[in-house]
Amino acid sequence: MKKTRKFLSNLGYYVFVAFVIAFFGIPLIWLVVTPFNSQATLALEFPSQPTLDNFRQVFENKFAVQALAKNNLILAVGTMIGITFIATLTAYALSRARIPGRNFLSYTLILFSSVVTGTAAMVPIFLIISKMGLIDSHLGVILVFIGGFLPSAIFIMRDFVDGIPRSYEESAMVAGARPLNILGDVVLPLVRPGMMVIAIWAFVQSWGAFLVPFILLRSPDKMPASTAIYSFYTEAGTPNIRLVAAYSLLYALPVVILYLLVNWRYGFRFFGGIKR
Amino acid sequence: MEQKRPLLSTKTGLVFLLPALFFVILFLIFPFVWIILVSFTNESLTGTGALNPQNVGLANYSGLFDFKTWMMRGNFGNSLIVTLQFVFGSAMIGQVGLGLSLAIAFYRRKGFIREFVNTLVILAWIIPDVVVAFSWIAFLDRDFGTLNAILSAIGLGRPDWQLELSLLSIIIFNTWRGAAFSMLLFSSALETIPPSYLETAEVVGATFWQKLRDILLPLMRGHILTVLILITLWTFNTFSPFLITAGGPSFKTDLVSIFTYRTAFRFYEFGQGGAIAVVVMLINFALALVYLGMLRKQAVE
Repeated sequence: MKKTRKFLSNLGYYVFVAFVIAFFGIPLIWLVVTPFNSQATLALEFPSQPTLDNFRQVFENKFAVQALAKNNLILAVGTMIGITFIATLTAYALSRARIPGRNFLSYTLILFSSVVTGTAAMVPIFLIISKMGLIDSHLGVILVFIGGFLPSAIFIMRDFVDGIPRSYEESAMVAGARPLNILGDVVLPLVRPGMMVIAIWAFVQSWGAFLVPFILLRSPDKMPASTAIYSFYTEAGTPNIRLVAAYSLLYALPVVILYLLVNWRYGFRFFGGIKR
Repeated sequence: MEQKRPLLSTKTGLVFLLPALFFVILFLIFPFVWIILVSFTNESLTGTGALNPQNVGLANYSGLFDFKTWMMRGNFGNSLIVTLQFVFGSAMIGQVGLGLSLAIAFYRRKGFIREFVNTLVILAWIIPDVVVAFSWIAFLDRDFGTLNAILSAIGLGRPDWQLELSLLSIIIFNTWRGAAFSMLLFSSALETIPPSYLETAEVVGATFWQKLRDILLPLMRGHILTVLILITLWTFNTFSPFLITAGGPSFKTDLVSIFTYRTAFRFYEFGQGGAIAVVVMLINFALALVYLGMLRKQAVE
């Protein structure tokens, strides 16, 4: 009886695992294999003679290369720096100063930002950015990215800062250090792992974003890869499958590498979960 | 109540909050107020509404809720029904259900299989939108796609995913895309449950389902609610399916986010777009309130 039950539960587990691996893995295999196939179609075919020719042709498209190597990098790094700096400052203040309503603030903020978002919020944001004269500029996109990702970043960072013991700061304060010095010399080293998480998270989010640059950027030489990828489509909207696939792989690679790096170094998971 | 001496004076704390406040006011509070105000005008990018927007009262709203035509393809009612099916299928059932199953299946297991599955699920979540959209277009293709290659090999024919089953397609896609978030959150929630609870249950011979029903799920109720509301709101507003179906064919996947995009950025009818946004925000607020109420009830219990 007990043995049968154990066997059935193990069987159930392995059937589930097989299904999950197939479900999550199979749609991605095409993406990995196709770029190396000189006769690629939408079908999944393992090339008998793998070639790098598709990549060579992608690199001939200067516009698409610049989108990936320059524009994407500007947007992602700009957003990353802004988010990390502001979220750390905010989370620290919410955690350590007696600010009225601070316990609800980060939670209300994340709910509110999940409501005012997406295409609905893009209309007023489009108008704000054009009033600021920042349509078709990287700065405009970075500001909107920061505004959009900040509530979640504050939320994650707050969780992290709350978990740091207060004793170091207390002794520094007793020794007479000023708040900014405490922040720089005592707090910063302690929150650095949290800042790393936020920085990478912000980088990944802005690296892949489509809607905001799609609406705010106009000139081809400023576009990131998410919109520049359409330069591998014909006027009629049919993709050059080989080149889109090769470009897609190049575009996804930094994110995949960052993930593997973080996972190997720190383990990729949520700490403590979302409280409440 | 703990009475700790604050490490930071309230004044300095407020100064530290200033940059965040700037962004919240500019990109959250202002858009919120603006959307509500503009939804009562005929503001647009071109035509008379651009130079001199007029107050049109509730006209934008009555346009949305004209019940004679609103269920027609490309209208608001149709879009709402599509969105509700999409949210129910891909957020509540798909992402939360699958994420929970994954977290429970790998609870107290370690090793290569777990790491491998985690990596696949997370990659589906973090790879850029346009990239996953493109690989799904290939995956779902009727004649060449991998999915139909598998289905026809096991004798299930070649369903036309993009033309006939388009809504189901984006529901499956979105489940695939977002299951990682709930999996990660539920996993970390499960880790906070003391192992002794389960050990006691095992001593008295509880089955897996009994442990799940009587111990794990009740302890995770708060987390399940949190994940449910966040994922519901995000799914309501997601734009990624646009990259696969563009709302088509014949508006079968015309999510409200795509409907709003078309009204505001194709036709540049900002007033009308504002009215849609207000209705969507009201629905979202109602959902958030229901959830907060449930959380409070749980806290009281």
